[in-house]
Amino acid sequence: MIMKKITVNDNIIDWEENMTIIRILKIMNYTFRMLVVKVDGKLIKKNEYESTIVSPDVDVKVIHLISGG
Amino acid sequence: MNKKEFFSAHDPKIVSTLQKAIIGIAGAGGLGSNIAVSLARAGIGKLILADLDKIEPSNLNRQQFFTDQIGMPKVIALLENLNKISPFTKYQVHVIKLNEENIPFIYKDVDIMVEAFDKAEMKTMLIETWLTNFPDKPIIAASGLAGWGKNELLHSRKIDNLYICGDEKTDLQTGISPMAPRVGIVANMQANIVLEILLKAL
Repeated sequence: MIMKKITVNDNIIDWEENMTIIRILKIMNYTFRMLVVKVDGKLIKKNEYESTIVSPDVDVKVIHLISGG
Repeated sequence: MNKKEFFSAHDPKIVSTLQKAIIGIAGAGGLGSNIAVSLARAGIGKLILADLDKIEPSNLNRQQFFTDQIGMPKVIALLENLNKISPFTKYQVHVIKLNEENIPFIYKDVDIMVEAFDKAEMKTMLIETWLTNFPDKPIIAASGLAGWGKNELLHSRKIDNLYICGDEKTDLQTGISPMAPRVGIVANMQANIVLEILLKAL
């Protein structure tokens, strides 16, 4: 069986059943507190990280915002 | 000095495009004051700026203000300075703390939004508010610019209509604060993307 995949910031990782944004951030070890997350171009807000379940083949972009300006 | 003289170093075909553009800048500190100065010199038609803060002595290490402006609201001082740099840009300034409710009103007419906050929470709030209200209009943000050196880590990247400039790495911590050269570089990377978007059709 071929493993299904997703792309996170250009890294290809294995897709899992019921894979949430929280789970993706954990797998990627993204620990920054302030993030902007887009799945296939659609903005996912912070309060949706737990409830948003991704399909195979999605393209996830995670941008972390760092203080300083 | 007339307008023709001011723009005599510009390629004539870009001037009318730049003069028609309206650009929003959110925050008037290290990033925002530098972005505004560069875009005024570039000949943008109108800049809309908002910031609630007043100038403190510690701001002068990187922000485009002068010692006799300490205590003034940043956008009021910036308006003074920008008017001296170029009378050929219109400036609209707001002494206000930006939030999810007022951003869509204050910046409703801009062609491009530039994020120039200091705090990560505000950066995220602005980007989420912008992408929700104006998904078709570009927003140019900055992330990771504290410290000095490491030119080679600075970059910009594009995710749909969202552009990010900076090293996306260097956090504020003891001993690593924002300083004029690196903040200025990233601010000008943002301003440079504004020009690139506006002039890409030419």
